[in-house]
Amino acid sequence: MSSIDTRPAGVTGDRARPRTAARPGRPGLLARARGGLPTLVFLAPMIIVFGVFSWLPIGRAVVMSFQRTNLVSDPVWVGLANFQQVFADPQLLTAVQNTAYFAVLALLFGYPIPLVAAILMSEVRKMRGLFSALAYLPVVVPPVVAVLLWKLFYDAGEDGVFNTILGWVGIGPVAWLQDADIVMPSLVLEATWAAAGGTVIIYLAALTGVDPSLYEAAEIDGAGVWHKLWHITLPQLRGILLITFILQIIGTAQVFLEPFLFTDGGPANKTLTLLLLIYRYAFTNSLGGDYGAAAALSLLLALVLTAFSVLYFRLTRSWSSS
Amino acid sequence: MSKGTDRGLIAPTDWKRPSVKWTTRIAHLALLACLAVAGLGPMLWLLKAAVTPTQDTLRQPMALWPNGFDFANLVEAWTRVELDKYFFNTLALAAGSWAVQLVVATTGGFALAVLRPKIGKAISGAVLATLFVPSVVLLVPLYLTVLDPPLLGTSLLNTFWAVWLPAGASAFNVLLMQRFFANLPREIFEAARVDGAGPYRLFWSIVLPMSRPIIGVVSVFAVIASWKDFLWPMLVLPDPNLQPLSVRLPILQQFVELDVFLAALAISSLIPIALFLVFQRMFLSGASLGGAVKG
Repeated sequence: MSSIDTRPAGVTGDRARPRTAARPGRPGLLARARGGLPTLVFLAPMIIVFGVFSWLPIGRAVVMSFQRTNLVSDPVWVGLANFQQVFADPQLLTAVQNTAYFAVLALLFGYPIPLVAAILMSEVRKMRGLFSALAYLPVVVPPVVAVLLWKLFYDAGEDGVFNTILGWVGIGPVAWLQDADIVMPSLVLEATWAAAGGTVIIYLAALTGVDPSLYEAAEIDGAGVWHKLWHITLPQLRGILLITFILQIIGTAQVFLEPFLFTDGGPANKTLTLLLLIYRYAFTNSLGGDYGAAAALSLLLALVLTAFSVLYFRLTRSWSSS
Repeated sequence: MSKGTDRGLIAPTDWKRPSVKWTTRIAHLALLACLAVAGLGPMLWLLKAAVTPTQDTLRQPMALWPNGFDFANLVEAWTRVELDKYFFNTLALAAGSWAVQLVVATTGGFALAVLRPKIGKAISGAVLATLFVPSVVLLVPLYLTVLDPPLLGTSLLNTFWAVWLPAGASAFNVLLMQRFFANLPREIFEAARVDGAGPYRLFWSIVLPMSRPIIGVVSVFAVIASWKDFLWPMLVLPDPNLQPLSVRLPILQQFVELDVFLAALAISSLIPIALFLVFQRMFLSGASLGGAVKG
């Protein structure tokens, strides 16, 4: 399966489309259409929408983090003051720790389970569609509905849904969202439930792409199932595993919905994540939005995430080529 | 698929061995049970709770059969709680986001893949680059852009445009369209050209009709993504009369009885789940990668 590549661009659409033979660009009659009014007309919606709602705000994010901005007077350049303010905030360390904890837990819960499920499902002969549909169903449930529903499930009383189930096996009521030690795993459990189906489908697609002749060759050498799994299946999935890993880090580093709706950062800031902190800086500040600090922290987070993925790609590419 | 290649990890000869056959069978049944409980369980519970009186749900949340049914919950949620209004707001937001995304992605993809202007490479590079910018960066500056958009002179706050237009800036959609268009047989374009079709005609009568599959994929994912959106509509639509379900539900929870609230949750999940059931194949093929790359 050569189309599995470590670059995201290689995976985004390659296998999703019916395809005719790829055609490299070559000048023809159409070349005459280059430039000109029609081309401009076709480019305009994209350039306007991306310009105003993507490129401009990205540039503005950088500028804003060095300015003090309120909506009344003109912005003032303040140098690194926003960054100093962010670093001086004791909540920053809490938010970094909580976000890292969320990300690690999400990897522990959300990385192996979909892989195991997908490998098992790939051996299903009949009704594979039913398996994947069941796995994917939570992904299409609107996230807000899912969180509000799980909030009921997590009711701390004996009659809460999960506590009733635990009661059947004699485990006492758990304060899912109030206990400072349990609250984060509770959030991650819901987040994993909501997202795992998508990962399963990605792995399933990759598994069907593993060349069967590799297995046949290994069998001639007398390899058993576990041997094949370890030496053929997993190495063949390496590229896709890397992509889901990076996507998960980038996603979980920006987690907002769960801590916002389940606990609003509580109890005692135990679920205050970076994005929640950014949101508070900008939108729930009693003195009016502190847009500069919010932009500075956003920029820092984005730089770390981008650097992380670039470094990761570099490392793994040099490992795989050596 | 031919018989020789229709195999996976386990060898066809191994399948004939009873021990292998039964172990995998049991593993599959266990997996199916887990998936049913985890995937379907919560939604079935919601369905039941939506038509159960509050007291039953509170006292015996796991009772298989409630003491009484209360279908009035659904009606009450729809009318008294004004869920209809939020439902139609959600629909309007989804429809507009869909339209803007399609216009931007099809015209942009067409220009980049078929017309190929000289600046095309630079533009598609700039579009592609936004894929690698984490969405957190956009939150605050995009909000300020909506408050005071360039050249427009009026705030987009509390208008649906504040949701519709930013939705169009999806690099993934443009990329998908561009690739699809680039793989269409170019001879057809040349032939149309010889027959005197201009770029507009080429786009409308040839490229678009040939691109139904990819337009379908982008459409379904656009609607689902819009239905899921929470933080952005919450920020730019502070007027409750304009808010979609996702923004309204957490607030409703605070003053609506539990049974009616659960009915509201069930109604809110209806359209996405129905779309999923109808377009299952589209979701479960590799196209679902699209949802994962955003974020």
